[in-house]
Amino acid sequence: MAMKTSSAKFKDRVDEGIHNDFMRLAVSSAQERLHGRRLTAVDELGSWEDWRSLGEEIRQHVLSNLDFYLHQLAENVSKRGGHVFFAETAEEASGYIKDVIVKKKAKKVVKSKSMVTEEINLNATLEAVGLDVVETDLGEYILQVDDHDPPSHIVAPALHKNKEQIRDVFKEKLAYTKTENPEELTAHVRGILRKDFLSADVGITGCNFAIAETGSIGLVTNEGNADLVTALPKTQITVMGMERLVPTFDEFEVLVSLLTRSAVGQRLTSYITALTGPRDEGDVDGPEEFHLVIVDNGRSSILGTEFQSVLQCIRCAACINVCPVYRQVGGHSYGSIYPGPIGAVLSPLLGGYDDFKELPYASTLCAACTDACPVKIPLHDLLRKHREVIVEKEKMVPFSEKMAMKAFGIGAASPMLYKFGSKMAPSAMSPFKTGDIISKGPGPLKTWTESREFPAPSKESFRDWFKNRETGGKPS
Amino acid sequence: MTGTIQNEGTFLNKIAKNLGRAPITKGITRPVWKHAPQFEVLKHATPDDLVNELQEQCKRVHTQFHLTDSKQVAHLLKQVIEELGNGQLIIPKDDRFSDYQLFDVLNEKGVHVWDHQAGKKNIELAESANIGITFSEITLAESATVVLFSSKNHGRSISFLPACHVSIIPKSTIVPRMTQAAAAIRSKVNRGEVVPSCINFITGPSNSADIEMDLVVGVHGPIKAVYIIVEDK
Repeated sequence: MAMKTSSAKFKDRVDEGIHNDFMRLAVSSAQERLHGRRLTAVDELGSWEDWRSLGEEIRQHVLSNLDFYLHQLAENVSKRGGHVFFAETAEEASGYIKDVIVKKKAKKVVKSKSMVTEEINLNATLEAVGLDVVETDLGEYILQVDDHDPPSHIVAPALHKNKEQIRDVFKEKLAYTKTENPEELTAHVRGILRKDFLSADVGITGCNFAIAETGSIGLVTNEGNADLVTALPKTQITVMGMERLVPTFDEFEVLVSLLTRSAVGQRLTSYITALTGPRDEGDVDGPEEFHLVIVDNGRSSILGTEFQSVLQCIRCAACINVCPVYRQVGGHSYGSIYPGPIGAVLSPLLGGYDDFKELPYASTLCAACTDACPVKIPLHDLLRKHREVIVEKEKMVPFSEKMAMKAFGIGAASPMLYKFGSKMAPSAMSPFKTGDIISKGPGPLKTWTESREFPAPSKESFRDWFKNRETGGKPS
Repeated sequence: MTGTIQNEGTFLNKIAKNLGRAPITKGITRPVWKHAPQFEVLKHATPDDLVNELQEQCKRVHTQFHLTDSKQVAHLLKQVIEELGNGQLIIPKDDRFSDYQLFDVLNEKGVHVWDHQAGKKNIELAESANIGITFSEITLAESATVVLFSSKNHGRSISFLPACHVSIIPKSTIVPRMTQAAAAIRSKVNRGEVVPSCINFITGPSNSADIEMDLVVGVHGPIKAVYIIVEDK
C-alpha cells in the first residue's frame, strides 16, 4: 500500500464514511477511550507542559542537526556490523530491501507494524517477486487477511472493524470455527503466527526512534511481535523515516515516555526494545545480518520550510484521537495511510497537493490537535499554511470552497447585498428547520448536517441585534 | 566485522542544503535541555516507597506481585511454578540462580539452562517451555518494568517464547523510572563497554487492544507475568 489508499474522490470517501454507522460508533468510542486514558496518564505524570517543551526541544535540536546525527547513527551501526542504506525515494528503499531478500533466497518475511513500510509500498514490491509477507501486529494482520483493507488509524489500524466482521473474515480465510470473542480470535492468530515467526527467513521492522550515540534501534509495542520478528529470523531489516532519531538513550527515554502516554495512555508499553547491530558473538538468537534502511521520500524537502516542525512528529496519534473531523468521517476518508490532523498536514507534503489538496480543508481549525501534540507541533497553523499555499501558489482551491467563497464574495462585496443575504437566510432555511436547528440542510450544508446539526439563522441578524441593543432591543 | 554504508554523501548533503548551511558531520554536542521534568518523578522515594509504587503499578499491568526475602525465595518460586501449571522451565546461564539457591527447586521441576553451544536447540526448548525465568537487571518502579540484557548466556527467546514469564527482582535493582535506566546504560557506553545487542524493557504480559479496543492479554509473547521482589541478602 503506498501513501494513497483510495482513488475515489474526497467527497465520495467522506460520504461513505459518514454513512458507515458502525465505523462512526467505533471511532467515537475509541477516541473517547484513548483520549481519556491519555488525560489520566498525563495528569498522573504532572508537569506535562515541561515534558512537552522538553520533547519539542529535543526534536527541534535533532532536526536542525539532522545530517550530524544521521552520520553518527550510520557510523555506529556499521561499527557493530550492520549495513546502512540511505534511500532518497520509496522505490530505492523497497528495491534495496527486495534485493537483499532475493539474494538470501528467502521465502517468508515476517513484519512488525511500520507506517514507513506502507509509505514505500514495500509489501507489494516483495509480493511481486513471490515472497510470502506476513504482518504480525494483530490489527495489521486482520487487515492483511481481509484482502489488504487499508489502515484507518496509525496506532490501531483495524479500528473501523467490529469483532463480528473480523470473525467472518477469519471464517472465510483462516478456517476459523469459534466465536467473535476477542480472546478466541486472538488465540487463533497467536497459533498461526507463532509458526510464521519460527519459520521466517527475514524479519522487517519500522523504527520508533534510532539512537545515534549507540547505533541502536528502538521499538515500542504491546504485543511483543517486533521482538519475535527480530529474535528469530536470520536477517533483520529495519526501515526508518530519516527524522526518527535521538542523540542518546537519555532522549530516547524522554520520547518513549511521551509516546506511550500520548498514544495509549500507558506509562510504558509492554515491550520497549533497543537493538544494536546483529547478534553478538556466541548469541543463539537475534539476526546474523542487520540492515538499516533510512528513507527520505520527500522529507528533506520539508526541511528549511515553514512546515519543518511536522518532522518533529513521533506518530503517537494523539491528534487523531481528539480530532472532531476524524471522529465524523473516519480514517479511510482521508485516502492516505496518514489520517487525521497529522495526515492532513503530512500527506500533501509527502504525496503532493494533486492527491491530497482537500485534506487541509478537512479541519475545523479548532486547535485540539495542537494542544494534544506531545512535541508541540502547531498542527492547526500548518493546516492553515497549507490552505494559503493551495490558494496562493497552487491555485487549486477545492471546488466547493470556491463556490462558497464566490457566493460570499458577491454577497459580502456590497453592504446592501450582505444585509439582504443575511436577512433572507432565515426564510430561505425555514423549510429545513426544526425549532432552532437545521438537521437536513440543502446544498453546501448537506454533508455537514448529515453528521450533525446546524444552528438555524436567527431572525435577528447580529448586525441588527447590535444596532438594536442601543435602543433597548427595539428595532430603530 | 564492520558493515557497509551506501549513498550517505548525497543524502546528507541534500539535508544540509535544505537546512541552508554546509554539511555537519562532527562537533555537535547536545545542549543542556531547558526542562528536566523526568528527574522529578519519584525523586524523594525511599526503597520501600519504590516497592509500593511497583506493587500498585503491577495491578494495572496484569502482573502478579510477590515480595519475599532471600531465605524464602526458593519456596515462593516453587509455589509460583505450581500455580502456573508446572511444565518445562527455561532460564539464562546466570550465577544469581545458584546465589539464591534456586537450583533444588528448578531441577526438581525440570529446567533447561541456556547453553549457547547447543545452538538452535535452545530456541526449540524455549518454544516448548511453559515458564521462562529471568533476573531483572534494572527495575522501573513507575511503570513496573524489568530490564533484561541479552548475551550468549541469556537468549532473547527466554522471555518471549514460553507461555509465562517470571522475573526475579532483587530489591536493589529498583529505580524510580526509565530515566535512571537510560543513565545506567549511558554510563556503560561512556566507560567504553559494549551495549548488549538486545536490551528489553518488559512490562507485564504481551497484550493487544486491536479488536474493538478490548484488551486481550497474551498475544505473541507470554500470557502470564509474575514478579518476585527479593529483599537483598
